[in-house]
Amino acid sequence: MKNRMEVGKNIGIEISIAQAEVVAQCDVDVISAYPITPQTHIVEHLAEIVNDGDLDAAFIPVESEHSAMSACCGSSAVGARTFTATSSQGLALMHEILYIASGLRLPIVMSCVNRSLSAPISIWGDQGDIMAERDTGWVQIFTETGQEVIDQTICSFKIAEDPRVMLPTIVNMDGFQMSHVIEPMKFYDTKKIQDFLGIYQPPLRLDPANPIMMGPVGIPEIYTEAKMAHEVALVNSQAVIEEVWEKFAAEFGNKYNAIEHYKTDDADYVLVTVGSYGQNASVAIDKLREKGVKAGQIKLRLWRPFPHSLIQEALESRKGVFVFDRCLSVAGPGGPIASEIKTSLYNLKKRPVVVSYIGGLSGRDFTVKQFVDIFEKGIGYVQKDEAPIYEMVGVRE
Amino acid sequence: MIEIRFHGRGGQGAVTSAELLAQAAIAEGKYAQAFPSFGPERRGAPVLAFARIDEEPIRLRTQVYEPDVCIVLDEPLMNIVDVESGMGPEGIVIINTHKSIDELKTQYKLNPKRKIVAVDATKIALEGLGRPITNTTMLGALIKATACVQVETMKAPLDHRFGRIAEKNYNVLQRAYQEAVTEE
Amino acid sequence: MKTKLMPAWTELELGCAVVEPGTSREYKTGDWRSFYPKTDEDKCIACGLCWIYCPDDSRRLAPRQHKNENRLTDHYYDFNFNYCKGCGICAAECPTGAIVMVEGGQK
Repeated sequence: MKNRMEVGKNIGIEISIAQAEVVAQCDVDVISAYPITPQTHIVEHLAEIVNDGDLDAAFIPVESEHSAMSACCGSSAVGARTFTATSSQGLALMHEILYIASGLRLPIVMSCVNRSLSAPISIWGDQGDIMAERDTGWVQIFTETGQEVIDQTICSFKIAEDPRVMLPTIVNMDGFQMSHVIEPMKFYDTKKIQDFLGIYQPPLRLDPANPIMMGPVGIPEIYTEAKMAHEVALVNSQAVIEEVWEKFAAEFGNKYNAIEHYKTDDADYVLVTVGSYGQNASVAIDKLREKGVKAGQIKLRLWRPFPHSLIQEALESRKGVFVFDRCLSVAGPGGPIASEIKTSLYNLKKRPVVVSYIGGLSGRDFTVKQFVDIFEKGIGYVQKDEAPIYEMVGVRE
Repeated sequence: MIEIRFHGRGGQGAVTSAELLAQAAIAEGKYAQAFPSFGPERRGAPVLAFARIDEEPIRLRTQVYEPDVCIVLDEPLMNIVDVESGMGPEGIVIINTHKSIDELKTQYKLNPKRKIVAVDATKIALEGLGRPITNTTMLGALIKATACVQVETMKAPLDHRFGRIAEKNYNVLQRAYQEAVTEE
Repeated sequence: MKTKLMPAWTELELGCAVVEPGTSREYKTGDWRSFYPKTDEDKCIACGLCWIYCPDDSRRLAPRQHKNENRLTDHYYDFNFNYCKGCGICAAECPTGAIVMVEGGQK
């Protein structure tokens, strides 16, 4: 495939369109998707690329996301490099098939453009949709900028298709706050991407000449062992993911980590963010530093497998940890990310106080000032030694 | 960093305006961002679009709350929208209008010290494009008022977006650049 | 009876796939039956309805033991004792009453 985009130069392009372009560069064989806001531009643009004759792939339009994921399972099972994209209600409609894709170890790559779930009807961004799918056994990666979307999309195929992993992978980007933003991004040479990925060689595939059976019944005597195999594969994928990121850095330049540190070296208090609002939060950290607060930030990139030991290493013996979730686990343990971070830290001898903040729901902005505010409020909780389990921020009284 | 807020109505091309501007700035080697006020597209309803341009990578991902510049594609919008909202004393408001700056300030009770740039973009667009779509025209007035990008850099994004009608759009942009007025 | 050990989690194929084809042939369900279908080959017209209805695909064409000039074929439907579970659907569906269910698992 020729280079449709100029290589190596900052290009102003919508992040959704950029992702579609890079998916095409990854030489996918099958795309099956159903349009849903704010994911639509990605699959529309891919349909255009296929229609223009620039990508030799089958674009399978379907009548629902349930069918989209089912078609993806079928195409991946025969050994085709497969991509889909969805969002919110669409992701929820895929729910049962997501378990099948991961349970059958089909390396599908999916873009999830994170959006809130209805009701009330909302098309705007938050991370409620993906948090409801956290236990589906997929590799799940978050991004913060358009460039990260391009890079992680490439890496996702390499991760998913690694014979040591063989698991479907989700690249998350925030709906609208990322998907509909035009910003500068650099594209890479198509051949270089394809050399990096190599040709997908499935260890097992459906082939009439060599019949096998995928998806047999897992009787009680087998199911637990099957889940153990899945669990170990997903846990062990972290090492492969880190290896892929190293190789990517060597080839393309940008280096990624399961958790990214920002000014944490001497930080007493650390803010944890996931997704694009981490950028606003970094600006807030700068402002807090100007005020003399020993503030730092951790950006969680790898959501599944959850990087427990890195979290422990990064947060043990801090005074306070403030976690920002764009998702409410209604009447549960607080934000899902906060709840998992607490799980990581609970058995440590010197564990910090963790405060879960929930905000930025359904596309509501969470400003730099709000990040400064929740940080300072959190320090107050730690100093008084009376932190709430979780707190919703910015609710009108 | 310069932060720009576009005020228009659904269908007038405010979002396209912001996007073209960001693409031109990025082509000049700057960092820029453009995005709509996200939501369902409804023709005629007041809409916002935003752009940021900077020499450094941009980290803000919120809407523009304290704009340096506001662009009003449709003057009657000012009856229902406070276009100066969040704007500091140095802020500039660029209005598509056939009225004088004094008339506008009185009619819409704008800050008397506000720098206003007026251009009759509807007239220019009707004469140059045959349609009262003023989004590309207004970019000419913006560039004159702020020099945030070069006029010539707009050519490539316009070509990419508009194809055979790109030249007409470039012409109305240039004409607005020449005809936009501000008080001295 | 031998008990086969279940595989450890490390022994499972990727995604729990069954990589050897046709293994269901080895899974013989014939010893599940407490009745068996006895076929009167003189009444069997080899219409094949029992073959269609059989949920275990255990009806099989077999050569007639003695010639019957009233029948169009030299074959009739007998059953494969490796798989027949004795459900009796064939007997219920047979249009000529050629099949009767007989107590006892053996043919």
